[in-house]
Amino acid sequence: MFVSYKWLQEYVDLSGVTPVELAEKITKSGIEVEGVEVLNEGIKGVVVGHVLEREQHPNADKLNKCLVDTGAGEPVQIICGASNVDKGQKVAVATVGAVLPGNFKIKRAKLRGEESSGMICSLQELGFDSKLVAKEYSEGIYVFPEDVEVGQNAIEQLNRDDQVLELGLTPNRSDCLSMLGVAYEVAAILGREVRLPEPQVETSSEEASDYIDVQAEAKEDNPLYVAKVIKNVKVGPSPVWMQARLMAAGIRPHNNVVDVTNYILLEYGQPLHAFDYDRLGSKEILIRRAKDGEVIVTLDDAKRELTSDHLLITNGSEPIALAGVMGGANSEVQSDTKNVLIESAYFKGATVRKASKDHGLRSEASSRFEKGVDPNRVRDAAERAAQLLAEYAGGEVLEGSVEADSLKVEPAVISVTLEKINRVLGTALSMKEVKEIFARLQFETSADHHEITVTVPTRRGDITIEEDLIEEVGRLYGYGNLDSTLPVGASAPGHLTDYQNKRRLVRRYLEGAGLYQAVTYSLTNEAKATQYALEEREPVQLAMPMSEDRSLLRLSLVPQLLEVLKYNSARQNDSLAVYETGAVFLSNSKGELPEEREHLAGAVTGLWEIHPWQGEKKPVDFYVVKGILEGLFDNLGISGKIAYRQSEKDGMHPGRTAEILLSGNSVGFVGQVHPTVEKELDLKETYVFELSLKAILEAEVAPLQYEAIPRFPSITRDIALVVDKAAAAGELEAIIKEAGGKLLKDVHVFDLYEGERMEPGKKSIAFSLKYFDPERTLTDEDVAKAHDQVLDAVKEKAGAVLRG
Amino acid sequence: MQERLKELQTEALEKISTAADLKELNDIRVSYLGKKGPITEVLKGMGKLSAEERPKMGALANEVRDSIAAGIEQKQKHHEEAAVKQKLAAEKIDVTLPGRPVKTGNHHPLTRIIEEIEDLFIGMGYTVAEGPEVEKDYYNFEALNLPKGHPARDMQDSFYITEEILLRTHTSPVQARTMEKHEGKGPVKIICPGKVYRRDNDDATHSHQFMQIEGLVVDENIRMTDLKGTLEVFAKKMFGDDREIRLRPSFFPFTEPSVEMDISCKICGGKGCSVCKGTGWIEILGAGMVHPNVLEMAGFDSKKYTGFAFGMGPERIAMLKYGVDDIRHFYTNDVRFLKQFSIHE
Ligand SMILES: [Zn+2]
Repeated sequence: MFVSYKWLQEYVDLSGVTPVELAEKITKSGIEVEGVEVLNEGIKGVVVGHVLEREQHPNADKLNKCLVDTGAGEPVQIICGASNVDKGQKVAVATVGAVLPGNFKIKRAKLRGEESSGMICSLQELGFDSKLVAKEYSEGIYVFPEDVEVGQNAIEQLNRDDQVLELGLTPNRSDCLSMLGVAYEVAAILGREVRLPEPQVETSSEEASDYIDVQAEAKEDNPLYVAKVIKNVKVGPSPVWMQARLMAAGIRPHNNVVDVTNYILLEYGQPLHAFDYDRLGSKEILIRRAKDGEVIVTLDDAKRELTSDHLLITNGSEPIALAGVMGGANSEVQSDTKNVLIESAYFKGATVRKASKDHGLRSEASSRFEKGVDPNRVRDAAERAAQLLAEYAGGEVLEGSVEADSLKVEPAVISVTLEKINRVLGTALSMKEVKEIFARLQFETSADHHEITVTVPTRRGDITIEEDLIEEVGRLYGYGNLDSTLPVGASAPGHLTDYQNKRRLVRRYLEGAGLYQAVTYSLTNEAKATQYALEEREPVQLAMPMSEDRSLLRLSLVPQLLEVLKYNSARQNDSLAVYETGAVFLSNSKGELPEEREHLAGAVTGLWEIHPWQGEKKPVDFYVVKGILEGLFDNLGISGKIAYRQSEKDGMHPGRTAEILLSGNSVGFVGQVHPTVEKELDLKETYVFELSLKAILEAEVAPLQYEAIPRFPSITRDIALVVDKAAAAGELEAIIKEAGGKLLKDVHVFDLYEGERMEPGKKSIAFSLKYFDPERTLTDEDVAKAHDQVLDAVKEKAGAVLRG
Repeated sequence: MQERLKELQTEALEKISTAADLKELNDIRVSYLGKKGPITEVLKGMGKLSAEERPKMGALANEVRDSIAAGIEQKQKHHEEAAVKQKLAAEKIDVTLPGRPVKTGNHHPLTRIIEEIEDLFIGMGYTVAEGPEVEKDYYNFEALNLPKGHPARDMQDSFYITEEILLRTHTSPVQARTMEKHEGKGPVKIICPGKVYRRDNDDATHSHQFMQIEGLVVDENIRMTDLKGTLEVFAKKMFGDDREIRLRPSFFPFTEPSVEMDISCKICGGKGCSVCKGTGWIEILGAGMVHPNVLEMAGFDSKKYTGFAFGMGPERIAMLKYGVDDIRHFYTNDVRFLKQFSIHE
């Protein structure tokens, strides 16, 4: 809502409060003023001039040579390019020395050999938005009405010496979609009075009811319809001040009849519609729901097909307006219109909302109906419109109005105790102070010493419960005046859950290991949604996506991380490690929420060990990434439950991918991205992993228990085993562990040889085995016994031969 | 004999003092102290001495031996030290060459902001509550006093999956779910961070996916002054002790009264500049007293219980705090951007 400061002054005394101060006060007490525009900013020296002579420029077809009286000294010659300039007009003249918006300075000039001392201005040149300039002046200069005095300040004559406050209204404050509503608000803030317009109009001897009959069939959609008839109007331009106010509010002037309806819309917040009475085609107004398939041609000449959801104004049979949204072309006010029917009505918000949504017609009018107009202003607005049409269109207002009225207007009456007000706000207000606040809002109250009962005016439809009253008290008392306290009462210590703590640990660990945390989008395209998924499940699909690329929820984090690597790689960062934690979404049956699982994924590409001046440059490999994961599992205390199994996965290198098992269940994978994918993304050798974070964080972990530092020495035996090239070290290790019994404390690979000294198809893996007994020093015989079992087992189960 | 010994001592000590290296010293040791050395030679003549003089001469001889040995040892030590010095001098390196890089990554700036806020509120007795990103219309809207057809639903244009299921548009459904779990018994004291989604075209200030962090306190006797005090603690911790805050009335369907909190603009000190759009204030978050309908729908008696809630966008906070000028940076994950957030002030 754009509020003209000058216009507002008509309803509230604003003396001593500048527009900027007013803006701050309004903001502080509830409605954010998003800006204050000075309409005449940067304009100087523009006066009303009288065009005494006009002739064709001798050297230019499209230029006019004008002699203009500017009210100061001799008339001056001005060259003007506008096609609508003519002798006898009163026009806005930027005289020599004047300044126009954009710091455009007017100087004496010669145009095609002719002197020009000034410029005749269009409204656009004076800073008006071209969208708001009336059609007749949009292509040329502006022409004042004849009665304007020559030499006057043209900006003042145009009512541009004004400032406009732009209110950012929250949906509850639609009462301030009107000047009167704003006036009430400002009056309450300043503690001043509201001066309401008091429409008084002389009526003719004829009765409106002899001209029209109004029936509402759809009473619920339209509980109140008021029709007034104004005869013998002369359609023409509306007064300059009215046009100026419309433009300041962002509405383009048309003619006096349409402008009056828009003016009332702004003043009362009540949308009106003007019909050409003689084009109604009957003496009857019938308000009803449309029939399915019924058609109306609206003012914009669009043919609109309707359903029974839409409310129509009809002449008894034919539609003449889509209620609250747009009038029909058949009954539009035109330049030759003589008799006008003014409609002022209360249409149900939801009904208008449906129609405006279905037909894509959102207007100043429809949005006000949608939010709910004040039922008590419907008649006043009609009266005020009649008055203005009589005054500015020369119309005769017929006696009375014709109504269809089934509206029950009952103002909300709400009680609240002083104790509750103070308890919610944390204040210590007295009943007297509370009553004063409601008096400023012009709400009627009655109160005893502990409870106040408030009758809420219908203009404030947003106030329905006691908390709403408390808010009114709080905001006008001023939140700045509230104390600052902290909640008291029973309180438990705050904490993170084990899961949340461990998740932080995981992040910190990975960052310490060299990975940057990334945050990527959950929505992706069809191809990426299922790629690298840990579990095959239908992805969750949006009903109405904004784009193909953001149409499904992801099942894996890896595709987005690869995108991150690609993005960075294309920007000279081709060695990078990133990870992400985030949900993946697995659809359930229709109507159920999908299952959300938090995953952890990482992607590493390019060089890993880099020490440039020592000449060290080692690219990432499988074991780098696996090592990071092993460290992670150690930190989480689940290493003992983790196993890796050679596996194949779409998009992954078939020979360099492992499935990760936790207590035998698959919880993720790690491996090299398939070289074709690497090539597509223009990445160097790249390794990725993805795990169900939920699974690894929720795995059971034995409580941390101190284990005695060994008092007895351990004995280490190394063995080198010759096995088939395809044999897995992990399997050998498992066999050794099992066979070694409880004395075998640790096994690890310390050498791998696949060189030419081996028999073809064979390799040698060397293990270091550590034997230990916490109770005593082991003897060679003890160890030999266990070790022999190990050697037997590897021979038997894996066909391994001890390397000589 | 006595003189001969003294002579030998002087001679040996002189040789020791000029010995150039360890080898020479060793030669001296062998030649003077060895079994065939001159001292032994001299002592062979001891038989000619009287029984009285013999022990004296023996003592003298030992004295001379010891003095030579000590001289050698001292010189030897000296030589060893010199040798070590020389060796170390040869080992000198250029300490100005760069060190071996330690691989480190760091938190995403949004995580950094969220954890900072979580920790602040955990310190004030809050716990961290999380909930699903795909939500029921009921929890996302209806339970928050936004029934179907409510015009304020337009404020949060959403991604629907079915008519009843959508991507949550705020983290408030976590509040609704948590309250429901409490079965009408306070206190509830939670902070809810998470991802949310709205139908916006991605540009410098909009993102179809973004983060939110909300707080909720429900108990008997929770007052608006408690909200104000809590938000002040938060604002000063996040933005500095010198920042002023103001609460401005606003509207949210789930709170009544509702407010927005502004902090004074650091750039212009409140005089007005382009960052604060000339107002001297910067909007940080929305808040209010929990609407009685919200309490009732979650099973709380709104006559007995009151509460406050607040919500903010970590992106916005990060943008203000670190001067980030484009929200898309948070989701592009350019390492040149991410790296900058490794420093801890
Ligand atoms: Zn500023």
